[in-house]
Amino acid sequence: MICFAWFRHRHREPLDVRPFDLLCLTVAVVLAVHAPHMPAWLSLALAATLAARWWQRRRYGGRAPIALKIPLVALLSGAVIFHYGNLFGREPGAALAVGLLVLKLLETETTRDARVGAAFSCFALMSALLFDQGMVATVLVALGLLPALATLRALEPAHAATPLPRELLPALGLLGASLPLALLAFLFVPRLSTPLWGAPNTGQTRTGLSEDMSPGDFTELLVDDRPAMRVTFDGVLPPPSQRYFRAYVMWNYDGRRWSHLGTGGAPGEVEHGSVLTSYTVSLEATGQRILPALDVPVEAPDQARLSSDHEVLSASPVNATLTYSLRSASSYRLEPQLDERERRRGLRLPAGFNPRTLALAQRWRTEFGNNDKAIVQTALKLFHDGGFSYTLAPAPLGRDAVDDFLFSTHEGFCEHYSSAFTVLMRAAGIPARVVTGYQGGYWNELGSYLLVRQSDAHAWSEVWLPGEGWQRVDPTAAVRPERVDLGAAAAAAQESAGWSPGQWWLGMRNQWDVVNRWWNQGVIGFDTLRQHGLLTPFGLHDTDPGMLGLLLAVGGSLFAALGLLWAMWKRPANDPVRTSMQLLERRLAALGVVRRHSEGPQHFFIRATRALPTHRAELEVLMRTYLELRYAYDEPPAELLKNFRQAARDFRPRRMVK
Amino acid sequence: MPAAFRRLQAWAERRLPALTRYKRPESLPITLHRRRVYIVPTAFGIAFTLLLLVMLLGALNYANNAALLLTCMLGSACTASMLVAFRSLHRLRLTAIRHGQAMAGEPMVIQLVFTGEDHTHPSVHADMDGQTETFMVAARAEAWVSLNLATSQRGWQPLPRIKLWSNWPLGLFHAWSWIHPDHAVLVWPRPEPAGPPPMLQGEQDLRRRLHQGEDIAALRDYRAGDPQRHIAWKHSARHEHLLVKDFEQPEAQEEWRLDWRSLSTLSPEARIARLARWLGEAEAVGRPTALWLPGEDIGLGHGRSHYAHCMNALARLP
Repeated sequence: MICFAWFRHRHREPLDVRPFDLLCLTVAVVLAVHAPHMPAWLSLALAATLAARWWQRRRYGGRAPIALKIPLVALLSGAVIFHYGNLFGREPGAALAVGLLVLKLLETETTRDARVGAAFSCFALMSALLFDQGMVATVLVALGLLPALATLRALEPAHAATPLPRELLPALGLLGASLPLALLAFLFVPRLSTPLWGAPNTGQTRTGLSEDMSPGDFTELLVDDRPAMRVTFDGVLPPPSQRYFRAYVMWNYDGRRWSHLGTGGAPGEVEHGSVLTSYTVSLEATGQRILPALDVPVEAPDQARLSSDHEVLSASPVNATLTYSLRSASSYRLEPQLDERERRRGLRLPAGFNPRTLALAQRWRTEFGNNDKAIVQTALKLFHDGGFSYTLAPAPLGRDAVDDFLFSTHEGFCEHYSSAFTVLMRAAGIPARVVTGYQGGYWNELGSYLLVRQSDAHAWSEVWLPGEGWQRVDPTAAVRPERVDLGAAAAAAQESAGWSPGQWWLGMRNQWDVVNRWWNQGVIGFDTLRQHGLLTPFGLHDTDPGMLGLLLAVGGSLFAALGLLWAMWKRPANDPVRTSMQLLERRLAALGVVRRHSEGPQHFFIRATRALPTHRAELEVLMRTYLELRYAYDEPPAELLKNFRQAARDFRPRRMVK
Repeated sequence: MPAAFRRLQAWAERRLPALTRYKRPESLPITLHRRRVYIVPTAFGIAFTLLLLVMLLGALNYANNAALLLTCMLGSACTASMLVAFRSLHRLRLTAIRHGQAMAGEPMVIQLVFTGEDHTHPSVHADMDGQTETFMVAARAEAWVSLNLATSQRGWQPLPRIKLWSNWPLGLFHAWSWIHPDHAVLVWPRPEPAGPPPMLQGEQDLRRRLHQGEDIAALRDYRAGDPQRHIAWKHSARHEHLLVKDFEQPEAQEEWRLDWRSLSTLSPEARIARLARWLGEAEAVGRPTALWLPGEDIGLGHGRSHYAHCMNALARLP
C-alpha cells in the first residue's frame, strides 16, 4: 500500500480495542460467506485461529511472533494445495484469500494494518459473489460491508463513543444514502460485450438434465429443488397434463443407458393446428446447449436451432441465465412419414438383454396383430394394474434391468418406467424413443409465471404410430397420475407418509420464488443487450457506451448536487418556545398587534392585553409562562413547556366588536 | 518525499491564490465555509480506489451483476463519505483564543475555542507548528483545544497559520482548511541566568522602613517603644511581663526600585534580561518592586498581576 512519509507516524499508532473488535467481526463475516464452498475443516480451523487471536489480543496484547506466522502461512498454502490441487483458480484462490485475511489479523497492531485488513475484507466479500449471486447471498455480503466500513470509521480518532452494535448504524446509513447513486452506476456502467481475460469459466458441476440417462440417474435431480427455469405464457396457461418441456430425445440404448445422439439433420415435419402457445423461458445456467421447450416447439429462437428430433439447441452453452421466447403446438402430428433408416433406429435393441421382456412383447404382437395402439394400451395397463409403485428410492437392478424391473422389483420412477416402456415397444416392433425434460412446475400467482425446479425433471416415451407420427406416452402417469399433476416429490411423499412438513416448506418457497425471479430478471439478467435497450421507452433504441457514460456523468452530477445540498443544509435550531411565540405573534399580528423589533416580550404582551381586553386573563398567563420559561431556568421543566405550547395553540383571539 | 512535498506546497501557495486566499490574518470569529474547505483523497483513499477499480473490472469481466452491484454500492458509499468529510469541517467556528504566559524559549499554551454549528464535528485535527491536537465539537457546543506555541524572542508574536483537518469518516478523504487568526501573544523576555543583585541607592536605604505584616507570628516580651495597641492584654494577664503581638514581616520587606537608567553600562537586551531576573527573584519571595522604564513608570507593588504587568512592559520595550 502506498504510504507517504508524512503520514507514516500516524499510521504507526497502536490499534484500540474497538476497531480491532470490528475488524475481527468483519473477517468473521467474510469467513461465514465463504464457508459454503470451502472445506469444513478449513473453515473451522480459520474460525478457531480468528477466535484465538481475538482472545489473545484482549488478554495479553501484542502481535503474534514471526516464528508462528511463517509456519501458519506455509500450512495454509499446503492445506489449499492438498485440497484443491493448486493455488490458482476460483475456489483455491478464494480459500487462500480468506486464509491470508485471517492470518493478517495475527499481525494487525497498527492503524495501517487495520485499514489494509478492512479494504481487503471488502474484496474478499465481493469474491464470495463469484460463487453464488442469489439475492440472499448478495444481501448477506452487502451486510458484511457494514462492519468493514465501521472498522474504518472507528479508526478515526475523537468521535462520540457508542456501544458496538450502534457502531454499525452510521455505515448502514451511509450505504443506504448512497444506494440511489449505486443503482445509477449499476444501470449505466457500460458492460463488457466480451470478457477481457479468461472465458468466464463457470466450472461448477451443475446438476441438471444430462445427455444420457440410466435408471437411477435422476434420484439426485428429483430432490434438488433449485429453480431450473421460469416460464411466462402470453396467453392462457396450458393444463398440467400438457406441461411437458422437451429437452433431450434419446435413441440409443445399450442395455443400461439411454443416450442422446447429436444429429445434424433438418427438423422433422410437424403438422399442427392453428392454436400455438407463445411463452418466454428464463433458463438458469446449465452449462449445456439444450434449451427446454414446451412439447412440441415449432420454431427456434435466435442463436439457436431446431434439431431433427425437435430439440432446441443453443449455439453456445448456457453459462448465465438465458431468456428466450418460443412458440409450441399442443396438438400436433410429428413426422407422420418415417423413413426406413429412422424406423430401424427406433427399433434397435442391444442383443442378449432382457429376454423375458422381449418374450412378453412378442406375445403381445402375436395377440394384437397390427394393432399398435392396443399394444401401447396393454403396456400402460400393465403399469397401472401390475402392482407397480412409484418411489424415488427403488431397489437396485441387475444386468437385465428391464426384466428385473418388470418382473421382480416393480418399483421405480420416471426413468424406470420410460425406459421399460420404450424397450417393450421396440421389442413389439413399434418405433419408440425416450424423451427427457421437465414436467409440471409451480404456478406463481403473484408473478404470473410457472416455476420449474430441477426436481420437476421427467422422462417419458414417444412412440411412432402409423398416420399419427410420434406420440407422447407417459408411462409414469399410468402408475401414478399425481406425478403429472403434483410433481415428483409429492408423488413420492404420498407413497410414504401423506402430508409432510416438507411440502408446506416447499409451498412457502414456491411463493417466495417470485422475489428470486425479480432478482434474476432485474439484477443478474441485466446484460449488455438489456442495457442497450434501457432507454427504449424514451425513444432511444440502442444506447451505446458513450451515451451510457454521458448518462452516468449527468446522473452522478445530479446526485453530487443533492449531496452538497444535504451537506450544506443548515438545520434550523429547534427551539419550541420560540416556535410557539412566533405562532402567538402571528395571531396577534392578524388583529393588528404587531411586535416591534425592539420590543421585549413583556412590553409586547402588556400592549396586547390593552388592545384585546377580552383576552386579558389568557394573555397574562401566557406572558407569565413565557417569562418563566425564558428566564427562570437553565433547563425549563418539560411540563411547563408543554403547557405553554398547548396554551399558545389554543389561543385564538377574536377582534373586538366595536 | 517530505522535502519535495514542502517545495510543492510552497509553489502551490505562490501560484494558486485560491489556496492561499484565506491565509492572511483575519479577525475572530472565523467560520469555515465551503469556499475554504478543500478535499483530496488520502493515500489510503487512492489505494482503495484502485481496489474498487479491480473489483469493478473483475465484476464486469465475469459478467457478475451481483458483484457489480456490490462494487457500485461500496464505491458510492466511499464517494458519499467525501461529503461527510466536508461536513465535519463545514461551519466550524473559531470563536475565541486564550493564551497563557511564557518567557522566550518556553512553549506558550494557546487555547482555541471552537463552536459547533447545527451538527457535530467529529474527529477534527488542529495542526500548528508540527503538533497535532484532535478533538470533537458537539452541535452548538464549545470545545477547547490546547496547543503549545514555541517562542524564541520577547515581544509580540503573531499566531502561525493553523491547519484544521479531518479524515472523517472512513479515512479516504482528507478535508482541510487553513485558518490564520489575527491574534498575537506577548512573549516575556528571558531572564539572564545569573548576575548581581540590584545596587540599591542610599536614598532608597533611607526611605526604607519597617513594613508591618498583618499576620501574628508569635508573642514576645514588651520592649520599650512597642506600640501600645500591639500589647496582647489577655495573654499578658497570665504572665509576669507584658507580651506583645509580633507581626510577621515579610523577608522581602526591603523593596526594590528597579530602574532602567541604573544599568546604563549594559546593552538594552542585557538590561531587559537583568531586570527580568530581578523581577523574577522579587516575585519568588514576594518582595515589592517598582520599575522605571523609558516611557513607563510602574509604582510599587507585588503579586502575580504586578509581576505580569512589569514583564509585559519589559516585553513591549522596543
